[in-house]
Amino acid sequence: MSQIDYTRAAKYFLLADFVKGFALGMKYFFAPKATVNYPHEKGPLSPRFRGEHALRRYPNGEERCIACKLCEAVCPAQAITIDAEPRDDGSRRTTRYDIDMTKCIYCGFCQESCPVDAIVEGPNFEFSTETREELFYNKEKLLENGDRWESEIARNLEMDAPYR
Amino acid sequence: MEEFLTTPAGIALILVAQGLLMAIFLLLSAYFLIYADRKVWAAVQMRRGPNVVGAWGILQSGADMLKLVFKEIIVPAGSDKAVFFLAPLASFFLAIAAWAVVPLNEGWELSNINVAILYVFAVSSLEVYGVIMGGWASNSKYPFLGSLRSAAQMISYEVSIGLIIIGVILSTGSMNFGDIVRAQDGDYGIFSWYWLPHFPMVFLFFISALAETNRPPFDLPEAESELVAGFQVEYSSTPFLLFMAGELIAVWLMCALTALLFFGGWLSPIPGLPDGPVWMIGKMAFFFFIFAMVKAITPRYRYDQLMRLGWKVFLPMSLAWVVIVAFLAKFEAFGGAYARWAIGG
Repeated sequence: MSQIDYTRAAKYFLLADFVKGFALGMKYFFAPKATVNYPHEKGPLSPRFRGEHALRRYPNGEERCIACKLCEAVCPAQAITIDAEPRDDGSRRTTRYDIDMTKCIYCGFCQESCPVDAIVEGPNFEFSTETREELFYNKEKLLENGDRWESEIARNLEMDAPYR
Repeated sequence: MEEFLTTPAGIALILVAQGLLMAIFLLLSAYFLIYADRKVWAAVQMRRGPNVVGAWGILQSGADMLKLVFKEIIVPAGSDKAVFFLAPLASFFLAIAAWAVVPLNEGWELSNINVAILYVFAVSSLEVYGVIMGGWASNSKYPFLGSLRSAAQMISYEVSIGLIIIGVILSTGSMNFGDIVRAQDGDYGIFSWYWLPHFPMVFLFFISALAETNRPPFDLPEAESELVAGFQVEYSSTPFLLFMAGELIAVWLMCALTALLFFGGWLSPIPGLPDGPVWMIGKMAFFFFIFAMVKAITPRYRYDQLMRLGWKVFLPMSLAWVVIVAFLAKFEAFGGAYARWAIGG
């Protein structure tokens, strides 16, 4: 005949576990909610966040990209396609800069490789579309992104500069 | 007009109107119960729950109902079609039918019969057929396993629920809900109710009610981690909605039974305050809150644990309690606390 653990038996019949669990449940019932109410409030983003791509310009409006094709070469998903020709003033510029956003894996190698900080991944992550074709970005779309997000991108680059 | 209402046609009209009123009350309850359930569950997990559709997400249940109604009804190949659609209908219809004798206030019941408890008990026993038929007719493995589990589970716990109710019936000397509530009317308000003399049985009844309605932690028929959704796997659209509504209305019935049998129904807990349906609904809402909290804080029982609890703990305890109450009532112990029929309520 084995010994009966009376404490354990008493706890079992008095629903001790349940009472404890209920108290804990009530504690969390009134605790502040962990949920971020997404479309209305958003969580913080790191300056290093790698979101939607953008092509930047110099302050005088000249596009930065010099068509070195380092990003195209480094891209592990081969999402970037670049064609280049000398412009009338003799400078080397792209005639075509396409990113297939459905291929892109957002690794950030393109912005790491860029010698002139032209291609960057901005803080925008809300660029879903209703058709696949809209995600094949061309140079025009990327430059427009650059103009739209320039202030945020510049601030992020500045904040991250000490660690580079 | 008053003359017309005493003719057979008039009486039939009144009955239909009362029935419709009750059905509307139940559907509205189900609407807000699912909302309350989700909100409580979310709050315990530090989430917000539905909060987008309408103010505080109050319209979320309506949106879900509409969504389910407009979805395609998928009938599995090889299923027994008649039984497949009969199952959710039976589940929903029986859940509503049990409410025919449940009073929300003095005299507020559709049918004032002497064997009210027996009727409720019989109808809620039949509810297991909805689950069994649904699982069997689906012609699929998981639903069948789920329905087998629920058959054993619901029958096991009905035994102890029945014995617990016998204790209350012995104390009251009647099976009528009105008589049971009136027997709990005393000078001490909340302390005159049956929860005090029948103290341990309140918990047994509540836990058995959880098992009887397939609520967590006894939701083995649906156990999503093992059986996906149990007997509901093959159901979609309106039949699924009927299953869900039937389940919720059965839970609501168990809340009402707890309030009526042990917590004085529509009686006011403080002597001097007027009695009324507000107390009844308030008590039912409180017990539903406990139902929802239990769902949030307890892990699911294993099947053998469930059977052990039902047959080796609850059955002996409730059986012993029936004998004890019988003696206490016979000898009018504790000033007749167990023999309300003898001291006249």
